[in-house]
Amino acid sequence: MPERRSKARPAARGMRRPAPSHATTTVGQPVEAAAFVLPKVPPIPAGWRIIGGREFTEHLLSVRFLLLIALMGLVGVLVIYTLSSNIRELAGSLSDQLTYYTGEPFPVFLFLFSQPPVSGDTTLAAIPSFAQIVIQYIGPLLGLAFGFDAISNERTEGTLPRLVSQPIHRDDVINGKFVASLAIVALILGAIMLILAGIGIYRLGVVPTGDVALRLLIWWGFLVLYVAFWLALATLFSVIFRRAATALLAVLAVWLVVTFFGGQIASILANFLAPVGADGTTAARVANVNMQLSLLRLFPSGQFGEMTAVMLNPSVNALNASVTDPTGRAIPTLLPVGQSLLLIWPQVVTLLALTAACFAGAYVLFMRQEVRA
Amino acid sequence: MQDRQGAVTIRTRGLEKRYEDTIAVQPLDLEVRQGEVFGLLGPNGAGKTTTILMLLGLTEPSGGSAEVLGLDPARNPIRVKRHVGYLPDNVGFYQGMTGRQNLRYTTRLNGIERKEAEDRIDGLLAQVGLADAGDNRVETYSRGMLQRLGIADALVKDPLVLILDEPTTSIDPIGVAETLDLVRDLAHNKGVSVLLSSHLLHQVQQVCDRIAIFVKGTVAATGTVAELAGRQQTGAQIQIEVGADGDPEAVATTLRGVPGVVDVARDPHDPRLWVVSGEPDMRGRVAQALVAAGQIPWQLRSRGMDLDEIYQRYFSQVAEAAAVPAGATDA
Repeated sequence: MPERRSKARPAARGMRRPAPSHATTTVGQPVEAAAFVLPKVPPIPAGWRIIGGREFTEHLLSVRFLLLIALMGLVGVLVIYTLSSNIRELAGSLSDQLTYYTGEPFPVFLFLFSQPPVSGDTTLAAIPSFAQIVIQYIGPLLGLAFGFDAISNERTEGTLPRLVSQPIHRDDVINGKFVASLAIVALILGAIMLILAGIGIYRLGVVPTGDVALRLLIWWGFLVLYVAFWLALATLFSVIFRRAATALLAVLAVWLVVTFFGGQIASILANFLAPVGADGTTAARVANVNMQLSLLRLFPSGQFGEMTAVMLNPSVNALNASVTDPTGRAIPTLLPVGQSLLLIWPQVVTLLALTAACFAGAYVLFMRQEVRA
Repeated sequence: MQDRQGAVTIRTRGLEKRYEDTIAVQPLDLEVRQGEVFGLLGPNGAGKTTTILMLLGLTEPSGGSAEVLGLDPARNPIRVKRHVGYLPDNVGFYQGMTGRQNLRYTTRLNGIERKEAEDRIDGLLAQVGLADAGDNRVETYSRGMLQRLGIADALVKDPLVLILDEPTTSIDPIGVAETLDLVRDLAHNKGVSVLLSSHLLHQVQQVCDRIAIFVKGTVAATGTVAELAGRQQTGAQIQIEVGADGDPEAVATTLRGVPGVVDVARDPHDPRLWVVSGEPDMRGRVAQALVAAGQIPWQLRSRGMDLDEIYQRYFSQVAEAAAVPAGATDA
């Protein structure tokens, strides 16, 4: 099997932009009859762009696009509406407190998207933030919705043999589809965030500063990456399973395990790897919590959760648990964007790697599959 | 296209395809020339589609080589596919798009300029009889309409080689005649090489200049229909089917008495008929003998020229060689 691909691909790659002039004979090729002079044809465009363009248009006009936009809009608006009234009360005290130390106002606007760090106010804590909903539900849902039938759909409709018999490479199909789905997802998420920001400006009366806007822009990028992971996973399953329904169920299963049991699995494993014991010391407890955090970081949701925590809250300056400073001398500070980025860079790279691994799996399997069912 | 009449467009040398446990195509040598319609004839699962996929570079051969338009499809698939139109078995289109939009997508993948593409699409939709349905969504199409659209789709890139996999299976009889006319015209007047795979013998016989009979991954025979028929005549003997009035046994007795008749056997498909084998000039004597005996013949037909029978015979030969009962592989 492996040599099949290696034989065909490199040569094919080189012919991406065929030059009609040296079309006819290759040296060493036995020429018996008159060699062919192929007629001149206009240059063949990059297949993935055209395939991606078609997919994009189809998604844009699809019912699932409308449903998801409506669902996300509804959820977002509800969350923001409830949060913003609470934030207004909270913002005053929080800002005063921070300004006292740092001399700069706290970017309250970011709390529209993430959970404000509150301890006392239970009503506020009970409302899930937009970021939380995205991590747990909407991110996976978006990836799943635009990926689960990406390849299997071409098979069931019988369009795959016709498509790959056009002058394209086979990977153009999967690349084009992935890019198109990702573009749609980025579009949906960007649109929703803009709408929410608009409502937020109106409700809070706070206009985001350049720094806040930059943080939100970066967070949007991370969000797209997070959904890209689910998209790649869904695409992988759409290659493995011939039936779209099976692929859908498989992605749902992964999502359920990660979202609802991820925390429990991490906690059980952490207790095994870094046990606290009956009379656990503070150091042991901290070690246990940090082990739990490390295990959670293996999950995309854990990685993205930390990206969110850091990017949407400049006062977060450490991710691991440490023994609380008993003297209370730790001064709350606001990190600059660059420092926040640095803090979560490992998570970003890990998530990127996971996404790439899923997509690579889908790619390799697709390239090896027979065109015929 | 003028000076390329007769040039070889498709050539395979020892082309084969093995899967882990099965052999899909055994070493295969084929040549298809410019301006000819070449038929791949064989039951389902005989390796026709696998061969086609290898010619398009969509499946890597396990051995041997293929050459399409002077290029190796495994190494240079893009250039090959630019000039080869392909109608797959059970062709499918994007349901949510119109027939015209589907064709337009194909022209864009081939880099055909927009204005020219629209002209070609209009022409082809009319040619395959979809001028009125072209702007309807494909989900409203019948199976036969899909197949017509598939033919337009294969032609929209103005191919030098046309590969049609079961092109007429679900088209109505009038559509079949039109399609076959179109194929013949493309080959004989426009110089396109057509490779047509089918299990429908009569259509292949109507349209193909040469045929290859595919059985279980091997080509049992290649040649024109007449050549294949000639090759199957057993020695100098011919066979005729005889049906005549009167008691069948009495008819058989009369037949056995005719000089030159070697064997008289009951037709396995129709008990009223006798299959008479004998010398080539026995036909007149058979007729005379029957009339003289008052057993007026109502059927007197020579056998062995019909592709159906050629096919059956080649098929059973291969099956016998493989020591498998002929009925088991009858698809």
